[in-house]
Amino acid sequence: MDPQIVIARRVAQELKSGNLVNLGIGIPTLVANYVPSELKVFFQSENGLIGTGPIPEQGMAHPTLTDAGGRPISALPGASTFDSAMSFGLIRGGHVDVTVLGGLQVDAQGHLANWMIPGKMVPGMGGAMDLVSGAKRVIVAMQHAAKGKSKIVAKCSLPLTSARPVNLVVTDLAVIGFPEGKATLLETAPGVSVGEVLALTEAELAIPDNVPEMRL
Amino acid sequence: MKAVSVEEAVAMIPAGASVMVGGFMGVGTPERLLDEVVRQNKTDLRLISNDAATPGKGVGKLFDKTLVSKLTATHIGLNPKAQQQMLANQIAVDLVPQGTFVERIRAGGCGLGGVLTPTGVGTLVAEGKRQIEVDGRPFLLETAPRAQFALVHAFLADYLGNLAYALTSRNFNPVMAMAADTVIVTAEHIVPVGVIAPDHVVTPAPLVDYLITNG
Repeated sequence: MDPQIVIARRVAQELKSGNLVNLGIGIPTLVANYVPSELKVFFQSENGLIGTGPIPEQGMAHPTLTDAGGRPISALPGASTFDSAMSFGLIRGGHVDVTVLGGLQVDAQGHLANWMIPGKMVPGMGGAMDLVSGAKRVIVAMQHAAKGKSKIVAKCSLPLTSARPVNLVVTDLAVIGFPEGKATLLETAPGVSVGEVLALTEAELAIPDNVPEMRL
Repeated sequence: MKAVSVEEAVAMIPAGASVMVGGFMGVGTPERLLDEVVRQNKTDLRLISNDAATPGKGVGKLFDKTLVSKLTATHIGLNPKAQQQMLANQIAVDLVPQGTFVERIRAGGCGLGGVLTPTGVGTLVAEGKRQIEVDGRPFLLETAPRAQFALVHAFLADYLGNLAYALTSRNFNPVMAMAADTVIVTAEHIVPVGVIAPDHVVTPAPLVDYLITNG
């Protein structure tokens, strides 16, 4: 299975009926494709919409109905639109149940860095800092390593997105949680051993007696 | 509200003005006003806008012609020209978390002295800002800016200047319409008074100074 699809499918299992969910760009966007249709999940687009639907059919796009990247989307029955103050009131005010974000680094305490690489990539933080500060639950969806280098680090060397730790990290190799503030291996990806996860993890990782495999 | 041509409206904006522009990645941006700002070559603008859009679209047009000297925004990663101008120190860029960005403008428009937000505590964003504890929780004190001009795009404007917006093109427009000395509006459709029902008016007419006429 494609590593991104492993991540997206596993993250989708974290969403519950009735949840208000905000998905970041990249791998997080794929999560919506793996949410069972019987589950009533509300997806927010921070440019002012709850109830985002799939990309419209050819010729059906509307210039005033877009996602946060400016690309055409559709709105599902029951959707609502609002201004940016409301949108970020929802985010910062704790009304968003789950946010799924990409990451550059997550450290042993669960701190996330995902918005800049000093001197190289300074695009701006957009809504990421508000999402990590305000959403009830923060899930990071990212590759475990980039070019063989672990993205689960002892301490973030890149600027933090928030002082608040994230709740869960889902990678192509593992699910990692932070019970009592300590990075802990909760699951391994299908066919991946605990040893293989450890070999690609820079942070110290607590290993419970029983580490189940993801059920996708 | 006064109905004016786009040429007359933009002629009121001096070089070096502080200008808020509505829109999110060029969606809900008053394109006709920006085209005229480019045509009249208004330089040295202090722009307050969520993003830098993309070259050729929305506020991206202002970076194509290097008309911006200072930018306050939340994300400029999709406009390589704005990035280049920032890295070459041609423009001073203040990058702000999006929730903080909009709430600061909202506060500016509502007569508040600033905002206490948890966003950015313990990050680079906190540098040089006062941190204030309320009931044991740390917050950053963020100021409440206003601008000389707000350039706003609506879906409907009636003859009095009441405004309604469409879908995701609403974004920052109604918030910015509260926070500037002079509010200039373009609309997709100009309609008789009464077409926008009172419950559907988002920006009330007294906030609008100038409405750009058709043609």
